[in-house]
Amino acid sequence: MQVPAYVEYEKATSVEHALGLLARFGPEARILAGGHSLIPMMKLRLAQPETLIDINGLGELSYLRETDGELRIGALTRHAQLLDSPAAGRHFAILHDAERVIADPIVRNWGTVGGSLCQADPSEDLSAAFAALKATMLIQGPGGSRTVPAREFHTGPYETVVAPGELLTEIRIAIRPGGGSAYEKVGRRVGDWPVGAAGAAVWLAGDTIADAGIGLTAVGARHFAAAEAEEFLRGAPATGASFARAGEIAAGHCRPTSDQRGPADYKRHLASELTIRALRRAVLRARGTGA
Amino acid sequence: MQVTMHVNGVTHTREVEPRLLLIHFLRDELRLTGSHWGCDTSNCGACVVWLDETPVKSCTVLAAMADGHRVLTVEGLERGGVLDPIQQGFAECHGLQCGFCTPGMMLTGRWLLDHDPDPSPAAIREALSGQICRCTGYENIVRSVRWAAEHAAGTP
Repeated sequence: MQVPAYVEYEKATSVEHALGLLARFGPEARILAGGHSLIPMMKLRLAQPETLIDINGLGELSYLRETDGELRIGALTRHAQLLDSPAAGRHFAILHDAERVIADPIVRNWGTVGGSLCQADPSEDLSAAFAALKATMLIQGPGGSRTVPAREFHTGPYETVVAPGELLTEIRIAIRPGGGSAYEKVGRRVGDWPVGAAGAAVWLAGDTIADAGIGLTAVGARHFAAAEAEEFLRGAPATGASFARAGEIAAGHCRPTSDQRGPADYKRHLASELTIRALRRAVLRARGTGA
Repeated sequence: MQVTMHVNGVTHTREVEPRLLLIHFLRDELRLTGSHWGCDTSNCGACVVWLDETPVKSCTVLAAMADGHRVLTVEGLERGGVLDPIQQGFAECHGLQCGFCTPGMMLTGRWLLDHDPDPSPAAIREALSGQICRCTGYENIVRSVRWAAEHAAGTP
């Protein structure tokens, strides 16, 4: 029987209250959102916080809204809510692609977007999706709020820039014209973590790629992104040859490791192939001709 | 800490440790042993119950997180001696053999039918994809949910 070790528990009633509790209980306190990563880690003693600060009552952090040319996603938004959001699907199909293959419907009912990002698993799908979309994270702390680009949010496996005493409250994605996006994942079975996955976002000007974002997960890509491949794509024609070269560059810059999900060379192959497929589908969607 | 929960329409208050998982609260504190404790890793879905209006894996939710909320377990599906159609469907279509996964399957099936009264077999399979059955091969589970979609409560 797996049970977490003894822990204290506090129920936050507002963001301010949560920040106050974080200040009071110090760095050994952890925020409890959906708990679908934290509780399993507590069962295995991989995490052993002294105090849990439960934010599930903070309805103020559960929303998807279009504001000032951005899609804003509250950190406590459940995966299922993101998958059900027509606005998210209309502007950023990559988010629905990714959510459809994250865990299973019941886990998605309770796991949260912010929790997944803060867990910072090196195989997290949403980290790659938000990297591709060049999202921005809003973090609140005792001294006010600050924004951090998605690509600076993760500092390493299971590590983020969210300091003790701070709380991720929102993810913001700019809605820009000419955009299309897609996510491609290969897993061993339904609901599993990826063997490898790639997300692509493109913004077209005619037949030229004005800007591109490529996110990679589970393949050891820095900041879940393929910056060198994006650099190559900027200003390139939106053709299969460009996608193929971008895939090659993306694969060349990631550092996958061999594990039970597959050997490193296979994961590198996936980084290339899935980047190509995601780009192809993103461009079709940007042109309004892809599902 | 003290938790108060409204389980199948009945309010219960207990003194518990914050680390107590919801599945153990239901089974050990309330003796509602219809919800099964399976893999303990949120993979198998034997422990699925509703938290308010949402099916969740109760091995990965603390009882403390359900404090002040409603919980629906398999014991709450029947109404006044009349089985829910989802329960009747599993009986009619031989949707279970050992029965271990069945409570979770039925709670997710009920939720699906509440949101999609006429689900395709593909939609049923997707909805149940986080729950594992080692007996049936799933065919009869899909038929059971379809049976429930096609019959009202109290169908003889």
